[in-house]
Amino acid sequence: MGTVAELEAVIGLEIHVQLATKTKMFCGCELSFGDEPNVHTCPVCLAHPGVLPVVNEQAVRFALQIAAALECEVAPRSIFHRKNYFYPDSPKAYQISQYDIPIAGAGRLGDIRIHRAHLEEDAAKMIHVGESGRIHGSGASLVDFNRGGTPLVEIVTEPDLRSAAEAASWARLLRETVRQLGVSDVNMEEGSLRVDGNISVRPVGSDALGTKTELKNMNSFRFLERGIEAELARQRGLIGAGGRVEQETLHFHPEDGSLHPLRSKEEAHDYRYFPEPDLVAIAPTEAMLREARESLPELPAARAERYREQLRLPEDVAALLAADPQTAEYFEATSKQAEAVEARIVANWVTGELAAALRQEGGDATAAESKVEPAALAALIAMVQEKKISHGSGKTVLAALVSKGGDPAAIVERQGLAQISDNSELEAIVATAVEANPEAAEQIRAGNGKAIGAIVGAVMKETKGRADGGEVNRLIREKLNL
Amino acid sequence: MTELLALTALEAHRAMVAGELDAGEYADAWRRAAAGDELNAYLWRDEDSGPSPIAVERPSVAPIAVKDIFCTEGVPTTAGSRILEGYRPPYTATAVRKLIEAGAPILGKTNMDEFAMGSSNENSAYGPVLNPWDRERVPGGSSGGSAAAVAGGLAPWAIGTDTGGSIRQPAALCGIVGLKPTYGAISRYGMIAFASSLDQCGPFTRDVSDAALMLAILQGQDPCDSTSVGLPKPPSLPDRENLSGLRFGVPEDLASQVFDSGVRDVFEATLKKIESLGGEVDTVSLPHAEHGISAYYVIAPAEASSNLARYDGVRYGMRAPSSGDVIEMYEQTRAQGFGAEVKRRIMLGTYALSSGYYEAYYGQAQKVRTKIAADFKSAFDQVDFVVTPTSPSVAFKLGEKTADPLSMYLNDFFTVPMSLAGVPAISIPAGLAQPNDGGPELPVGFQIAAPAFAEQKLLSAAYALEQGIGFDARPPGAPGVSPSSAPYTARDQKRTGSGGGDGG
Repeated sequence: MGTVAELEAVIGLEIHVQLATKTKMFCGCELSFGDEPNVHTCPVCLAHPGVLPVVNEQAVRFALQIAAALECEVAPRSIFHRKNYFYPDSPKAYQISQYDIPIAGAGRLGDIRIHRAHLEEDAAKMIHVGESGRIHGSGASLVDFNRGGTPLVEIVTEPDLRSAAEAASWARLLRETVRQLGVSDVNMEEGSLRVDGNISVRPVGSDALGTKTELKNMNSFRFLERGIEAELARQRGLIGAGGRVEQETLHFHPEDGSLHPLRSKEEAHDYRYFPEPDLVAIAPTEAMLREARESLPELPAARAERYREQLRLPEDVAALLAADPQTAEYFEATSKQAEAVEARIVANWVTGELAAALRQEGGDATAAESKVEPAALAALIAMVQEKKISHGSGKTVLAALVSKGGDPAAIVERQGLAQISDNSELEAIVATAVEANPEAAEQIRAGNGKAIGAIVGAVMKETKGRADGGEVNRLIREKLNL
Repeated sequence: MTELLALTALEAHRAMVAGELDAGEYADAWRRAAAGDELNAYLWRDEDSGPSPIAVERPSVAPIAVKDIFCTEGVPTTAGSRILEGYRPPYTATAVRKLIEAGAPILGKTNMDEFAMGSSNENSAYGPVLNPWDRERVPGGSSGGSAAAVAGGLAPWAIGTDTGGSIRQPAALCGIVGLKPTYGAISRYGMIAFASSLDQCGPFTRDVSDAALMLAILQGQDPCDSTSVGLPKPPSLPDRENLSGLRFGVPEDLASQVFDSGVRDVFEATLKKIESLGGEVDTVSLPHAEHGISAYYVIAPAEASSNLARYDGVRYGMRAPSSGDVIEMYEQTRAQGFGAEVKRRIMLGTYALSSGYYEAYYGQAQKVRTKIAADFKSAFDQVDFVVTPTSPSVAFKLGEKTADPLSMYLNDFFTVPMSLAGVPAISIPAGLAQPNDGGPELPVGFQIAAPAFAEQKLLSAAYALEQGIGFDARPPGAPGVSPSSAPYTARDQKRTGSGGGDGG
């Protein structure tokens, strides 16, 4: 058995996405969040005797959009199964779900492979009155059937994720992707996006899968990352101490970051799956499939790929821009107005200087929401590129734009930030600075390149940052006959 | 009044439409007849006929008795079970709604085997239904109340459900017509589920024409039932006079089956009748049909175990007092609410679906079902209809088979294959036969099965055969019986003699 450090993480995610349809999965009740309990119910979702489910066509269309976004194979005829279990949140005592023939099969999002995605219905909400907040040991339990029957798509990944950070970052990408489809609110706090982790470790280099545990109740990306970290540490510790990982389901407690196994009574189920005889197969028509494909906006993963391949953006910058469609649109609008400037440089301004200036300003406006018009940023970047103003002056102008908006050229004019374009003026200032710093001059001559900073600093001070750094460097070296 | 009740539903409908019959008076006559129920056929009767969600404003169709498996808004619906005692559904089943919309008042809800599980109606939590021909005998099941009500003159017609024979067998044992349509012809919405892939609603009527009339009202695709498709076109009234050009197939291994000699005689006489009407009788091969009962008693309990899981005492119906947690409340409610046969089938079904057993039981049973469906398909390449006796025996005595579930299950031997294949089948009364244990003659049913959605053809042939057979025997006291006919007199004496031994 290897040491703790040699165990790599193997993580797969199961994501439940509540679909934002008008009505429930199998009846006509309106979907709602936060309404008074048990007002959105009918004989069907309360499982009265004799009722039958009818599949929500919009939910199927949304699932097909998700399948298209995740590049999944769509089953020509997928079927529903009954998952039988007794619990008060399940009025029929079975959940209608998809089992061996899901609507969507293998796919991928970014580098992570999708195992499958299927349609099912959500359970009702249980409120356990009492200290534990769980059914065992509570004095009474209340059931709110408003949520019961909400359409869900469950997305299951292959175990392709290798760290908690990667899992959280990929889950964010998935959320953005689903959000941009417009098929769900994807709100983790409200439970419209729920992420569970399947976690195991194995010796680096091994292809075998270790015993996995299932981690639940991580209702934010931060908790997702923390929960997985905690579980990986626990598993590595167990194995490092010569122990074994037991297959179990663990509940993450965000208050103290602890993990608690769910009681076996809540977990030990034989679901007795069998095909749901009340429903017929879902057989999407060619038109439905085409409509799902054509409805796709450019999704984060595809946009990032385009940025990398066509605009030559570095991978991290491309992903950062593509994650938020508004920022991506802002970048593209700016880039279009700054025709002469490489996209890479515009991207660096948007994700670097502008993001920093917005943080500096406080508030939580994004680039697209800020007072900096794409045209203004484009003009500013062009001025810097054309050396009309220095990079440092550019930041000063950007700060002014962020706080009040306006035209960068006017700000440059008003604040006298135009770069010194007269070389004789600059040469004179450089000569003065070299004479004033003989020690630095001596060191530079002796081969210590870094010493030039002192002289550059003096020039910049004198010019109030209006000199071009590169030009100042050249003039100093020229003056020293280097 | 007797004259009114002697009308068939079709005759009454025609008279009402022509203005020759006062619909209110006619319905009231039937309400009075239903009020005289001595057979325990009804569990609830529309006695006050006051404002009700299921009231009919302008009746124009004969009033109807409804098996208590159909949900009726605001009206008790128990499915023959203690667990639904006091339950009044918030909605009405599509089949019942269609009848109401067609102008048929609801006479009452009829007794049945609990959750439609049974072949004798002895599994009702509300007591057995008595056969109007002999009150010591069962009416068949599970729709025994509906069959007894129509045969016993307590309703002009009725609806029931058939999962493995629950319309055809009681119709046969009570001497009336019972039709199980093609699976999907009639909506199942609001019909309390026993085995969802098999359950089908259908009519109990005095004759084939009434069955056609009711099927025309009931059939149709329903947006509330994804498995409903309706019939290619609504059936019209049958008027075929002979059977010329039609081929009737008798399963070739039928001769080796154990059934009453009286039933065999009537069956063979009926085959001769078919030939005399110009029909051709052949043998057909249904090699897998003999496994039908085995497959059925895996599939139906498996689906039932899931369908009946919702009766947990949480939202409606009975809840057993319990001091423990929710699990104990479930257990107590279900232990006290379900009868023995229902529990037996829930256990069978739960076992059959369990991890590790699924393929051996449920998976295997589905394969058998596919084979049986294929058998019928190839049989229908050779013949127009498959015919069998409906039931291996005439009505048996109350209590005779309750101790032996297997012999009870074998009652469904001839009816289950059609259910598994999803094809339509009708039982018509074909004659009388003496039971093996002696006593007066009792009705024998003749089953005719047709290809899926061939109801029109099935009804036409059944009508021609019905006319040819001319069965007109009625149990004692039933309307439409000539007072001079022997069965009436004999039975009537026995009835007034109350509880005597053999009626002779």
